Amino acid sequence: MSEEMMEEGGTIKKFLYVNRKAPYGTVYALESLEVVLIGAAFEQDVSLVFMDDGVFQITKGQDTAGVEMKNFSPTYRALEMYDVEKLFVEKESLDARGLTEDDLLVPVEVMTSEQIRDLMEDQDVILSF
Amino acid sequence: MKFAIQVNEGPYTHEASDTAYLFTRAALEKGHEIFRVFFYHDGVNNGTNLTTPPQDDRNVTNRWSELAAKHNLDLVVCVAAAQRRGIVDEGEMKRNGKSAQNIADGFRISGLGQLIEAGIQADRLVVFGD
Repeated sequence: MSEEMMEEGGTIKKFLYVNRKAPYGTVYALESLEVVLIGAAFEQDVSLVFMDDGVFQITKGQDTAGVEMKNFSPTYRALEMYDVEKLFVEKESLDARGLTEDDLLVPVEVMTSEQIRDLMEDQDVILSF
Repeated sequence: MKFAIQVNEGPYTHEASDTAYLFTRAALEKGHEIFRVFFYHDGVNNGTNLTTPPQDDRNVTNRWSELAAKHNLDLVVCVAAAQRRGIVDEGEMKRNGKSAQNIADGFRISGLGQLIEAGIQADRLVVFGD
């Protein structure tokens, strides 16, 4: 972190990362996670939402051997160590894909799309991937 | 108002970089401040000086460079995304033992912290592309 950032200190904004895409097939999920991890150093008020195919990012039992890509899903379990603990999942997205909270590899709060709308309204910065 | 801009798609395949450029230019013309333009995902491909479109087409990279020169814009290419996609400045060339550099004028390579800082400092962070 630059000296400049250290001096800024005080400003804490609400950052929401919206994860909407499947973990593989495009790079967005992986590069979103990289922003979250780097961003954690800035000690902002961070939340993550998983919706649409993004809910697959945190499903258990991912096996990427066949597509010869790195399985980065264990990293989501490490988010807690970065004080990133507010993880929300859209109920409608789970339902549409036949998934339940038990299928997910991290503790989350399931929200309806209306609740997520309210959550979004409450944010300062929304990064959608 | 103080804007930060994020560009998530490369040139030509998607219109996102064009739209971001036009938005940025319009905001500057209206007297707004652009704190930073951050290029992420395939958006880093906007920052290669090897881009050579047909002469009767817009040059997306040069347009950004020229706007940066005119308004002293801070155009930042994400280092991690750039390394994956072969966008290289002199420092990266030496560090990674590459044979060439290709960062375009007015662009610089830096970390994701620059995006977070832009989100903190700007009144609005406007994201272009998927």
